[in-house]
Amino acid sequence: MTNRSTSENTTSVAVLAPRKDPMRSFFNFFGVKTLRLNNDLGAMAIFFFRSFFMIFRLKAIPDIIQQIYFIGAKSVQIVVLVAFFTGMVLGLQLYFVLVKFGSVGVLGTAIALTLIREMGPVLAAIMITARAGSAMTAEIGIQRISEQIDALSTMRIDPLGYLISPRIAAAIISFPILTTFFDLIGIIGAWFSGCVLLGVNSGTYFYRVVASTQMDDIMGGYYKSIVFGLLVVTICCFQGYFTHMRTDSFGAKSVSLSTTSAVVISCVMILVSDYVVTSLIV
Amino acid sequence: MEKPREPLIEFKAVSKTFGTRNILNRIDFSIYEGEVTTLIGLSGTGKSVTLKHIIGMLKPDEGQILFRGQPIDKMSKKQWNEYIGQISYMFQNNALFDSMTVYENVAMPLKYTTKLKKKEIEARAMARIEQTELIEVADKYPSEISGGMQKRAALARALVTDPSIVLFDEPTTGQDPIRKNAILSMVAEYQKRFGFTALMISHEIPDVYFISNRILALYDRKIVFQGDPEDFEALDHPFRQELISSLESLGEELTGLYSKRHFKVRYQTDLSQRQPDATYAAAVFTLDNIDAISEHLGHDATQQIIRSLGSYINKHFGAVGGFSSRQTINEYATVLPYSDLDEAHRIMDDFTRDFQAHGIQGIEMQRGEKGEDEGCIEFSVLAGLAQGKPQIEIESVMEFARFNQKEISRFKC
Repeated sequence: MTNRSTSENTTSVAVLAPRKDPMRSFFNFFGVKTLRLNNDLGAMAIFFFRSFFMIFRLKAIPDIIQQIYFIGAKSVQIVVLVAFFTGMVLGLQLYFVLVKFGSVGVLGTAIALTLIREMGPVLAAIMITARAGSAMTAEIGIQRISEQIDALSTMRIDPLGYLISPRIAAAIISFPILTTFFDLIGIIGAWFSGCVLLGVNSGTYFYRVVASTQMDDIMGGYYKSIVFGLLVVTICCFQGYFTHMRTDSFGAKSVSLSTTSAVVISCVMILVSDYVVTSLIV
Repeated sequence: MEKPREPLIEFKAVSKTFGTRNILNRIDFSIYEGEVTTLIGLSGTGKSVTLKHIIGMLKPDEGQILFRGQPIDKMSKKQWNEYIGQISYMFQNNALFDSMTVYENVAMPLKYTTKLKKKEIEARAMARIEQTELIEVADKYPSEISGGMQKRAALARALVTDPSIVLFDEPTTGQDPIRKNAILSMVAEYQKRFGFTALMISHEIPDVYFISNRILALYDRKIVFQGDPEDFEALDHPFRQELISSLESLGEELTGLYSKRHFKVRYQTDLSQRQPDATYAAAVFTLDNIDAISEHLGHDATQQIIRSLGSYINKHFGAVGGFSSRQTINEYATVLPYSDLDEAHRIMDDFTRDFQAHGIQGIEMQRGEKGEDEGCIEFSVLAGLAQGKPQIEIESVMEFARFNQKEISRFKC
C-alpha cells in the first residue's frame, strides 16, 4: 500500500514538472556562452584600446624600457635555446626528406622560409608567453588581489596607463626582435645539423638562405610577431587585471587559474591568428 | 546663537546593493573639517563600502554624497580631479607595492601625479619618511620590514601629497595592543600636525575614543549613531549589546585596566550601595608632555610608557580595592572606594617611590635603544587626589583631583 502511494506521488510529480525542450536548452546554453564571449571580447577590446592610447606619454618611457628589459632581454636566452634546437631538428628532418629526391641543395631555402614565415614568429611568441606572459598575469593578479591596483586608483594613477600600456609598447618592440633572433639562430641550428653533422655544403646552404628570402617574407614574419605580441600581452594582462572577477575561485587560487587560462588562451590565439594573418598576407 | 557647522562630506540617503544583498540602506551622516571621525560597526556591515563611496571607487545606487554641499556625482571632470586630489586612502592591508622599496612607494604619488622635479620629489618623500621614523628602512622592500613599519610606510605614502582628507580603512587590524595604540596615536599626532580631516574605520573600542572627535556607528545597514564619543558611551540601542559586547572587553587591551564605560558601571555599582555620607578617594594621573615623548622616543615607546604607568597604578591601588581606567590618551583615573584621603596619600607615596625607582627605568631603557644622540627629553608624571561622596558625580571629583595635581615623578636626560 505504501509502495503504491509512493509510486502515485512520484508519477504526479513527474507529470507536474515542466518538460525540458531540447531545442530550447540547446539555444539557451549556446546563447549564454555566446553572450558571455561577446561581453568578454568587448571588454578586452576596450581594455586594449584604452591602454594602447596611453602609451604615448613621456612619463611612460622609463616603464616601457623596464618592460622591454623584462619581456625582451630576459627572454633572449630561452628563445635562443629553443631556436637552435628547433633549427637542428628541422635541418635533420628536411635533410632526410630532401635526400630521397636528391634535392639537399634546397635545404637552405626550406629552412629559411619555414622559419622566417612560420615557425619563427609562432614559436618565439609561445616561448615569450610561457616566460613573460605567465609572469605578467601572476604579477598583475597579485597586485589586484592585494588591492595595489585599487591603491593606484586612489592615488589618481590610471592603472591601465601604469600597468598595461608599458607592457603593450614593450611587446610591440620586443616580439619582432626576438622573432629575428629566433630566425637567425634557427638557421644556424639547421646549418649545424645539416652542414656540420650531415655534410651539406655550407656555401650552398647559405646561398640558398639568402637567395630565397624576400623582404615580403621577413615583413610577413614581423606582422605576425606584432599581432602575436599584442594578443599575448592583452590576454595575459586582461586575465591578471580581472582575476578578482573570476567566479570559480578566489585569492591565490584565482591568480593561479588566471595564469593557466592566460597561457592556454594565448597559445590557442597565436595559432588561430597565425592562420588568419597568413591567409591575409599570402 | 552658534551658527551650525557646514559638513565637509555629507551622505544623504545613500543606498548600495550588491546583487540581492543590500549593504547600505539610506544612510545619512556628516564629516566635519579638521576632525577625526571614526566609523565603527560589526564585520561585513559595509564600513569599507562606505569609505569607497567617498573616493569614487563605488557609486551609490540611491542618494547623494556631497562635498562642501556639492554632489560629487554632478562634478565636472576638473572639479572631480580637484576633489579627489585632496583625498588619500590608507588601505587595511596597506596595499604597498611589494616590488618597490619604501622610498619608491612613498614617492610614487608625487612621481606620477605631479610635475615636480626629481630632487623635489626626493625631498618631500624623504621628509615624510623621516616624520614617520622610517629613514633606516627607506631602501628596504615592504616584505623586509615589520607590520608596524609597513603601516607607517602606508601612512607616509598617504600623506606625501599633503591631502586635506585621509581615509583610514582599519589601520590597526592585526596589530598587538602596543602597536595598535601606537598607530592610533600616530594618526592623532599627524592629524594635529598636518591638520587633515580623518575618517577612520576601527574596531578598537575604547581606544579610538581617545583620538576621535566624532563616532559614527553603522548597524543593520544604517547609521544608528553620530556624535561625540561621550554620547556614544550612553547610547541606548541594540547595537550597543551586539557591537560593544563583542568588541569591548572588560579591560582595556593596552593597559589591562577598566574601559571608561566599565569604570562608570563599577563606580555606580560599588558606591550606590554606600551610605550617602560615606567617603572615598579618587586620583588622577597625567603623563605630561606626551607629544615630546612620541617625537623623541617613538610611538611604540610612548605606548609602552603609558602601559607601564597603568600597570603600576593597578599594582598599588588595585591592591586596596581600587579600580582604574584610562580616561584620555595620557590620563588615568582611579577610585579607591574603601579608602579615605589619608590612606590614599600613603598609597600614593608608595606608588611614587616605586614608579620613580623602577617604572622610570623602562623609560631609560627605551631611550638607550634610541641612542644617546637623539636630543634631550623631559617629561613628568602628575598626580592629584580628591575626596568624594557617592552622591557626587565622579566627573566633579576627578576635576578636583586634577586641580590638586602635582608632579610626582620627572624624567630628564
